[in-house]
Amino acid sequence: MEVSILTLCYLVGSVTFIIGLKMLSNPASARNGNLLAAAGMGIAIIGTIFLYEEDGKKLGNYPWIFGGILIGGIIGTLSAKKVKMTAMPEMVSMFNGMGGACAALISAVEFDHLFQTHRGAESAWLFDFVAGGHYLTIIAGAIIGSVSFAGSMIAWGKLSGKIKDMSFRGQHIVNLLVLLLVLATAAFTYQSNVQSANIPFYITVGLALVYGILFVMPIGGADMPVVISLLNSFTGVAAACGGFLYNNKVMLTGGILVGAAGTLLTILMCKAMNRSLKNVLIGSFGGSSAAGAAGVKKDQGSYKEITLSDTAVVMSYANKVLIVPGYGLAVAQAQHACHELEKLLESKGVEVKYAIHPVAGRMPGHMNVLLAEADVSYDKLMEMEQANDEFPTTDVVLILGANDVVNPAAKTDPSSPIYGMPILDVELAKNVIVNKRSMKPGYAGIENDLFFQPKTSMLFGDAKKVLQDLIGEIKNL
Amino acid sequence: MESILGWIADNQQMIYIVILMIFVGIEVIGHVPSVLHTPLMSGANAIHGVVIIGAIIVMGKADPHNYVALILGFLAVVVGTLNVVGGFVVTDRMLEMFKGKGKKQNTSSK
Repeated sequence: MEVSILTLCYLVGSVTFIIGLKMLSNPASARNGNLLAAAGMGIAIIGTIFLYEEDGKKLGNYPWIFGGILIGGIIGTLSAKKVKMTAMPEMVSMFNGMGGACAALISAVEFDHLFQTHRGAESAWLFDFVAGGHYLTIIAGAIIGSVSFAGSMIAWGKLSGKIKDMSFRGQHIVNLLVLLLVLATAAFTYQSNVQSANIPFYITVGLALVYGILFVMPIGGADMPVVISLLNSFTGVAAACGGFLYNNKVMLTGGILVGAAGTLLTILMCKAMNRSLKNVLIGSFGGSSAAGAAGVKKDQGSYKEITLSDTAVVMSYANKVLIVPGYGLAVAQAQHACHELEKLLESKGVEVKYAIHPVAGRMPGHMNVLLAEADVSYDKLMEMEQANDEFPTTDVVLILGANDVVNPAAKTDPSSPIYGMPILDVELAKNVIVNKRSMKPGYAGIENDLFFQPKTSMLFGDAKKVLQDLIGEIKNL
Repeated sequence: MESILGWIADNQQMIYIVILMIFVGIEVIGHVPSVLHTPLMSGANAIHGVVIIGAIIVMGKADPHNYVALILGFLAVVVGTLNVVGGFVVTDRMLEMFKGKGKKQNTSSK
């Protein structure tokens, strides 16, 4: 009876995951979708704790289980609540790594269990005792989980600025060799003597961790969202391995669902940047090879600066102003100041809208989330195609800390690493005012010709401070 | 070879689920607008936290005297919970920002 209730719990869990994911892909229902999936997860977890039995035996070690859930729950809730909006991407990466670690640990415990049970046997091979499929799910969970864990930690470090991009000559070959070595030791473990099989197993896990690090290390920070999404689907597959291991349907459905959806999402994200996944993984955006090729610095000419009061005048007498937000806005937490400027200009009869590039900021949708936080009305946000139609009739474009998404080199310079990426055609507008902290290049590490065009004026400074001063200036006009 | 075939035969239900879920996963998020890429990734991230169930089973089955299994299992439960709880809370916070979307005015003053 109790076991059939558990089956029902798992069924409910699986269905809520599917429906939740479906609702998450529609703006109107997204939040409820998330809550629905969370509820399903809760049912599956509680069901497992109290109803699970194997060979008629219930689970034990309740203090350990509840202790773990309590600690994890408290840390998870606090860190997720405290994290700043700008730091959300790295938080997602961190949690993803935790899931990977969990899958790897499960595999390690299961392997240890096999090892302890069979080690007493006099000189025999591991494959005499363990079915191939069973071993495969254990080792696959261990490898994929470890890669996902190590990779996510590196991605987290990169996004939070703790780890710099690093690549060396021939790294792709080294990576490939490490990967082959992982597979080789995994196969060797299965062929090895049952009394010492744990040693090659832990070597396999260690190598998988190294591979995870090497895999993410050379990829530029701007591509981290794609990498996180890919690692996310890896963790899904690792979780599904656990589902195979325990013949557990909800783990299997949840894991594979995320594995498939995550892979598609990764591809969609790449498409938004008009790049292929292979290009992201091997091309090393902004990596040494690309920068080296374009190493000869072109003489860009000079750029011109604009004062705050001039900016104030230009903007308040314009008919239409388009604001292009970028990562600089997120870093400076300038979204509220930005909204204030928008309201002020509107009260003077200026039409203000926002042009959102799909990959502005560090993650797709980053800007929408930030501006929504500042209560910017949703119908003021324009997607790229829409915005590109409006630029020719726009008087002033104000770029707030965006760079690569407005770089005309993406269209004109085939040697540029971002060549082919769709951009916002800001140069079609009458005036372009660029707010940046300095002339430093953007995340892709390339110069931006836009800044040197005659229509463009630079307004240096922290986005929030500049906007606040600008608001003051406009009020004083 | 035989063992692999036998394993497939033993697990055919599971293999069917895998194949069907791949299609469901792709179908379900096929038309997501790019605005929702990040929350969707975060939500999917929370869902694969279902691996916690495996951790609970490992923990619950562990021999109370096998400290390696206990400690590894305990760690697995902690990090698994982090993934689930943190994942859902972060996703909710992201999506909170979308509320009032489509409406002209927004009453919250956050």
